[in-house]
Amino acid sequence: MSAVLAASPVLVPMATAVATLAAGRRSRLQSAISLVGISALLTCAWLLLALSAADQPAHASFGGWAAPYGIEFRIDRTGAVLVVVAAAMGAASLLFMGSDADPVPRHPMVLPLLHGLLAGVGGAFATADLFNLYVWFEVMLVCALGLFAVGGRPDQLDATLKYLALNLFGTLLLLVGVGLLYGATGHLNYTALGDAVARLPSGLAMALLVLLVVAFLVKGGAFPVFAWLPASYHTLPTAVLALFAALLTKVGVYAVLRTLGDVFPATPAILSQALGWIAVATMVAGVLGAAYHWDMRRILAFHIVSQIGYILLAIAIGTPQAHAAALFYTVHHIVVKANLFLIAAIVHRLTGSWDLREVGGLWAARPALGLLFAVPALSLVGVPPLSGFWAKLVVLRETLAAGQYAWTAAALLVGVLTLYSMMKIWMEAFWKPHPHERWRLPRDTRLAPALIATGSLAAVTLAIGLHPAALLDFASRAALDFTGGAR
Amino acid sequence: MTWAVAVAVWSCLAAGAWLLMSRDLLRIVLGMAVLGGGANLLLFAAGRLGATAPPVIPAGDTVLAATAANPLPQALVLTAIVIGFALACFSFVLLLRVTAATGVDDATRLRLAEPPASDPVKPPLPGAGGTSADPWRAP
Repeated sequence: MSAVLAASPVLVPMATAVATLAAGRRSRLQSAISLVGISALLTCAWLLLALSAADQPAHASFGGWAAPYGIEFRIDRTGAVLVVVAAAMGAASLLFMGSDADPVPRHPMVLPLLHGLLAGVGGAFATADLFNLYVWFEVMLVCALGLFAVGGRPDQLDATLKYLALNLFGTLLLLVGVGLLYGATGHLNYTALGDAVARLPSGLAMALLVLLVVAFLVKGGAFPVFAWLPASYHTLPTAVLALFAALLTKVGVYAVLRTLGDVFPATPAILSQALGWIAVATMVAGVLGAAYHWDMRRILAFHIVSQIGYILLAIAIGTPQAHAAALFYTVHHIVVKANLFLIAAIVHRLTGSWDLREVGGLWAARPALGLLFAVPALSLVGVPPLSGFWAKLVVLRETLAAGQYAWTAAALLVGVLTLYSMMKIWMEAFWKPHPHERWRLPRDTRLAPALIATGSLAAVTLAIGLHPAALLDFASRAALDFTGGAR
Repeated sequence: MTWAVAVAVWSCLAAGAWLLMSRDLLRIVLGMAVLGGGANLLLFAAGRLGATAPPVIPAGDTVLAATAANPLPQALVLTAIVIGFALACFSFVLLLRVTAATGVDDATRLRLAEPPASDPVKPPLPGAGGTSADPWRAP
């Protein structure tokens, strides 16, 4: 039973993808199957979380081969909490599709590809095998390409090509890294690999580790290899964009966390230092890129890059507390970032443009929407008592504890600049009057599903903010699994 | 043998990287395929090369012969080849669609998703100004 459950983050979305594909052009049936599938995934994810919290992580070895030889799935606390969040984001995205804000093209491949993407994400969080991780990255890449191209607009095709070229480079780098690691150690399983790498000459181990981490950084959107992200994300329909923003880069960051925290815990100091400065550059580059833009989606896309920097900063410090901070930050960030994109889509539906110079007047027309926007926006900045405050607090505390005061200062400065971007959206979209005098709030909108989705995500943000201890304790226990579990 | 494969891997990776940095979209797509070929060859060589027997367990035995090749990298590289082939097919079709839709095959002029800046401090406004269905916009 545990083995089936361990495979469920892949099995359930894949079965849903096949079923929605079979439903073909009967779009009602497709949506119904898709909702059943995501509910089943959420249920399985909660069961996995309960199992991991009871120190009985779900575990499966495929093909009858025991641990170091066969492909292994092992879902510890880190994997379980991320699978839960991924499933929840899938549910929010599917719910949002029921509204008429930035509709997804009615193409029979959209839902199968979306569930395929969730299968890739779930597999990456579940697996304990490096080559298998590469395969899940490819599954995510293939499904993401389909979702980019399915709309067929020229700018979407342009974005697809750039996304493909830059991401494929990262994937091939990962494949080369996996091949060289296998050649040097003869292992692919995380536990066996960690033990074998410890016996390698330190120069060789360092070179292999750098190759692997650089590949994951391409996937995670770190400076200077994040160009694929702001070049492509804003061409997606928003329900899909929110899912991409929530999950894809975070899988890359999770892979860095798993690699440096769990599989190869003896990270050389120079690599940690380099990663820390990369994190600072990522934060600064992302937030400055956002400051230039006026399209809401492009502003928010650059903020993904900026926030990735905070998570990488925590990973670079490398203590168990810092790993816990990275996990906490990841969970907070996934929820907040998806929500901001979804709310931007509602703003677009009501005011008629993505460009902040062309919108306005929403505070007078829809004050409740303003409050709904304030929750994730202020959480992204790090205003108490929202989840972002605690996430930033724990990361900053670890930078101070490690004596990296320059990193602390950079993180604080980037927080202020994040406030600038969020204020820009607030002032332009909500506070100022609409620039077109003939503008009236559209009457025939169907926004209820969108408001339920965004409201629920805002409630999660508030809940984490008001009771951070639950998630913080869980993340601390998860980080202790890392170094103490296998060895 | 090892040196021959090493040179082949090196040539593929170098040629692929060189093609990938070109402005011509067809060269970029070809570069991705060549780079993938180099990576696959490297993965294959990671299982050690040599004149070994095929990794098939003879009838009646339960283990591989000592001289048999390592089957795992063969399985890995087969997976990678399948994925790489699918992505290569997709990228060629995508290339055709992009050039048909835009009439451009120069990567530096392909700026539909990211329009070049006309003003030094602000990005350009969206072309037609939102959707034409908005009734308040002047025609």
